[in-house]
Amino acid sequence: MSTLSYLDFEKPVAELQGKISELEQIGDSEQAVDVDEELARLRTRAEDALADIYSKLTPWQKTQVARHPSRPHFSDYARHLLTEWTPLAGDRKYSEDAAVQAGLARFNGQSVAVIGQEKGSNTESRLTHNFGMARPEGYRKAVRIMDMADRFDIPVLSFVDTAGAWPGIGAEERGQAEAIARSTEKCLEIGVPNLAIIVGEGGSGGAIAIATANKVLMLQHAIYSVISPEAGASILFRDAGRAQDMAAAQKITAQDLAELKVIDGIIEEPVGGAHRHIETIMASCRAEISKFLEEFSGMPRDKVREHRRDKFLSIGRTLA
Amino acid sequence: MNWINNIVRPKIRSFLNKKETPDNLWVKCPESGEMVFYKDLEANQWVVPASGYHMKIKAADRMAAFFDGGIYDEIKLPGAPVQDPLKFRGLKKYTDQIREARNKTGDQDSVTAAEGHVLGHKVVVAVQDFEFMGGSLGLAAGEAIIAAMVEAVNRKLPFVFFVASGGARMQEGVLSLMQLPRTTVAVQKLKEAGLPYIVVLTNPTTGGVTASYAMLGDVHLAEPGAQIGFAGARVIEQTIREKLPEGFQRSEYLRDHGMVDMVVHRHNMRDTVGTLVGILTKVPSLEQFAKPTRKIAANSDQPDAGNEQNLLANPPEAAHAE
Repeated sequence: MSTLSYLDFEKPVAELQGKISELEQIGDSEQAVDVDEELARLRTRAEDALADIYSKLTPWQKTQVARHPSRPHFSDYARHLLTEWTPLAGDRKYSEDAAVQAGLARFNGQSVAVIGQEKGSNTESRLTHNFGMARPEGYRKAVRIMDMADRFDIPVLSFVDTAGAWPGIGAEERGQAEAIARSTEKCLEIGVPNLAIIVGEGGSGGAIAIATANKVLMLQHAIYSVISPEAGASILFRDAGRAQDMAAAQKITAQDLAELKVIDGIIEEPVGGAHRHIETIMASCRAEISKFLEEFSGMPRDKVREHRRDKFLSIGRTLA
Repeated sequence: MNWINNIVRPKIRSFLNKKETPDNLWVKCPESGEMVFYKDLEANQWVVPASGYHMKIKAADRMAAFFDGGIYDEIKLPGAPVQDPLKFRGLKKYTDQIREARNKTGDQDSVTAAEGHVLGHKVVVAVQDFEFMGGSLGLAAGEAIIAAMVEAVNRKLPFVFFVASGGARMQEGVLSLMQLPRTTVAVQKLKEAGLPYIVVLTNPTTGGVTASYAMLGDVHLAEPGAQIGFAGARVIEQTIREKLPEGFQRSEYLRDHGMVDMVVHRHNMRDTVGTLVGILTKVPSLEQFAKPTRKIAANSDQPDAGNEQNLLANPPEAAHAE
């Protein structure tokens, strides 16, 4: 465990970690004090505490994990999972939108088209990527890439991580709603299989635009919602302070959504969340992507389309 | 109606109360502040005569004003597969909210559909009623929209959709968001069947609804002054901390920014939709409805008073012959 920013509910772990660091310093010094036994004991306690906390995260705590600044973002997935990653820019209509990264790559040697929402990981990159909140151009670029993938018979992988589409004057002027609608439509139209992994936040229309896929997976502590818990609480409870209650009421966790049959599976995260063991989460994602490519390999185009449509049409109906 | 109660004699008052009169006989125009007698509004399709402000109109009134002769057959639509999937409780229980909305509107949910003629062309029309929980899109509305569109495909008829919605029905969580791709599948079926899909955006159409079927029409019409947008104006103001431009997210603004083809006055809606459907299906519009000087132009948002009578008066029965 490196230096991480701890979430408020991780306080017991943070305190233990603090003690461990102190002891390590003592151990490093020349004094003849044996701290090894105590250190081992504390480390076990810290690990147990973390496992315990993460085994019963509330929906609101999951929201915080999903938004954790050190959580792996799209660029991390691209670096770990893809080779020959070649991001392409621009919607060919108006401009480039760095909130959505899209391009071509190889996965295990196989050609893939990739779309990912990037939140950024420091002030500069967050501004560059507009905190992962896409403008219409981002979605139009996604449409362009999906079209290309369809033409060259290449599967599409999308990595969803956004608080939502950008709410701004320019975005509205240039047809944010239409851009999202067209992107969703394109997702449903392509004859090549697509996989969507919700890696952090799946924020409403901004997410569905690239998450309408043959297979939709969520990371164990990711969230997927029609409105943020804060905004939902201010509308439905008339009190933005009740975001915790709204997070629970709206059923936004991977576990709830698997039960509601909105998603097709959950990718387990290492103890303490994806940000604590990036290699582990990448290995799990790699396995799931391979499985997906195998499942849909050789499926005729019309079957791929039909599979996707039937899957979405059956959502809700199977709850009866 | 206080002043009436005060001046009319009790006997007359009880007669007045017995009748199905709205609570307010006088309606205030939200734009000009002018008070209008509701009968005058009703007769004018709920357009304020002086200011031209388009008020919300009930689904049944909309259908009656739109179809030739006010004649149409309602299409029975399915309801939600599950009523309250999340067992949601906000300030009120969601199931109670649904019950209240049903009592208020007499409808099962926000979407109704019918088949009828417009300028002699058979069409399926769906209406999303803002009165029913803000026209919000949930499982029930999603199923209804899909069923109505599939029905149009089965009957090989063009589809006209009067949309109005505050957005996704948040009480159903992500299941409401799933109605975006679900209804989009139905739109694709219309398109694959080669059937015209005409969207009429009415006040207000916002949120998730704009990000799906409302923006996927072959032609987008809008009633004058309607609020249409994805992100709420308040959210935008809070995010960017700037004042929004004049007329932001109104029909005319969307037309000027390329998202809407025409802004059409409610009185001209039949004529515009009928003409478009006729051209797209390559069937001539019936003579008796054809206007001598019909012109469809981007500035048709003013009522064409001279020709209104022929269009709105009861058309001859012949119009409905197959």
